[in-house]
Amino acid sequence: MDSKQLYQEVVLDHNKKPRNWGSLADATHRAEGLNPLCGDHIWVALKVEDGLIEKVAFEGESCAICKASASMMTANVKGKRMEQAEQLVQEFRDMATGRLNPATQPSQLGRLVVFAGVKDLPSRVKCAILPWHTLHAAFHDRRTTSTEGDADPMGLPAAKESA
Amino acid sequence: MNSAVLTRAERSAGLDVARLRSDFPILRLKVNGNPLAYLDNAASSQMPQPVLDRLIRYQTQEHSNIHRAVHYLSETATAAYEGARGGIQKFINAREAREVIYTRGTTDAVNLVMHGFGRAFLGRGDEIILSQLEHHSNIVPWQMLRDEKGCRLRIVPCNDAGELLLDEYAALFNERTRLVALTHVSNALGTVNPVKQMVAQAHARGVPVLVDGAQAVPHLPVDVQDLDCDFYCFSGHKMFGPTGIGILYGKADWLEKMQPYQGGGDMILSVSFERTVYNTIPHKFEAGTPPIAAAIGLGAAVDYLTDIGMRRIAAWEHELLTYATEQVGALPGVRIIGTARDKASVLSFTVAGVHPHDVGTLLNEDGVAVRTGHHCAQPVMQRFAIPATARASFAFYNTFQEVDQLVAGIRRVQKIFA
Repeated sequence: MDSKQLYQEVVLDHNKKPRNWGSLADATHRAEGLNPLCGDHIWVALKVEDGLIEKVAFEGESCAICKASASMMTANVKGKRMEQAEQLVQEFRDMATGRLNPATQPSQLGRLVVFAGVKDLPSRVKCAILPWHTLHAAFHDRRTTSTEGDADPMGLPAAKESA
Repeated sequence: MNSAVLTRAERSAGLDVARLRSDFPILRLKVNGNPLAYLDNAASSQMPQPVLDRLIRYQTQEHSNIHRAVHYLSETATAAYEGARGGIQKFINAREAREVIYTRGTTDAVNLVMHGFGRAFLGRGDEIILSQLEHHSNIVPWQMLRDEKGCRLRIVPCNDAGELLLDEYAALFNERTRLVALTHVSNALGTVNPVKQMVAQAHARGVPVLVDGAQAVPHLPVDVQDLDCDFYCFSGHKMFGPTGIGILYGKADWLEKMQPYQGGGDMILSVSFERTVYNTIPHKFEAGTPPIAAAIGLGAAVDYLTDIGMRRIAAWEHELLTYATEQVGALPGVRIIGTARDKASVLSFTVAGVHPHDVGTLLNEDGVAVRTGHHCAQPVMQRFAIPATARASFAFYNTFQEVDQLVAGIRRVQKIFA
């Protein structure tokens, strides 16, 4: 895969000007997401009323793939119902791990298909998925999550460090 | 292209890099349509044809288990395995071959000393001095010992250039200091520590020193008798040999006093259910069937390096690192992490506004292989208040042209993220 496909204008734009950046004073759900091996570290906060996501925000330190994924995620789930957002979490995860091909299978992913290319870059799959894991954790009132160990999206043992 | 510069530098180092490169089949690869510029040698280096040939010859004509049977193949394998040990002994100038112990790698060697020396001789309140620049493999084993025995770890800090503060080091010693565990060359920054001087300071207080030489042995002449360290650890796969093999050099006096690391075959003289008599060194520390082929391959790598000459390798890599530091350092927005006066092989850097992982993915597009992340040295990252760096690390087979490829790649990253 060619990084030109991954680092598209829309990704670079969301990285440079992330949407819904910051924290929420009146959040009903929050979670922290951390990839200890690569250092991506984000916080997602939501205000949910009667199952409807009224507000969503994120902040943290991460690579461009993670930040753009988080930014586009917040833009996408704002105004949606939690079940719809959960469905999107599943579809994004399936796309990033190559289990769903948005070119041939129906999905709600829309412009999020710009991240389809990460499936060919196993070391970057976790960067793209972390915000979605964190959103999922916030829905389920788990304070922290990661994409390592049991939660590894590639279904493999956590990547081993080397010098 | 800087062929003129390259030729002049090559001449000054007396190294025919183009010919040496032809010994490494993997360096002919193209990655994403571009020539591979392999600048991740601190993580693992590549094997030259003579080492590959030696592995094939061993497996096709010499293989059996060692130190066991009386038949032809067992004798041949044993001779090759012990012959390689002798070559490695000469390469690091150990006094005797029995001071050279085969391990799985540097990590295994450090753990061997933690078990055989640390668990045997250290107790509650005893202190171990480490440095800020250590790789996790020279931190975590000592933390395990600390937690088990109630020891205390003392850390030598470094300055903003990544050089250890020797006055602070001297001040850390007290009557409870039992060991210094120190890296020779920092894998994250490239700093070459003044190990000989630091060993002398420790010995003046009667404290033994373990040196992590994983990043030094492939780049500098190493003479363990001159350094006078008590233990010296390194890995085969970072010095153009196979993975799964490494070396613990230890002074015979210490090795004889130490407890075995693992029990099993080959490390015993006699076994009954009542009592076992351990074998002599080095075999006392080599339980079970070792990676015989890998050990012989490491022996071949040492022969290959000896033929080139470590002084010439160090001289050429110095030219290369100097050129890379100038070229990369001149790029606006690029910060070089680790600017010690004495450095080897490693150029760690950050690009303003771009996470190192994005730098790494985009450089890969250009065929440039660098490492991105914390380099298993999180305390170094914490010292410089950064989450990660991109790291180019050189070997003698790298060229000025590959440095230019790296620089062009960083420019492209900056353009994409502008």
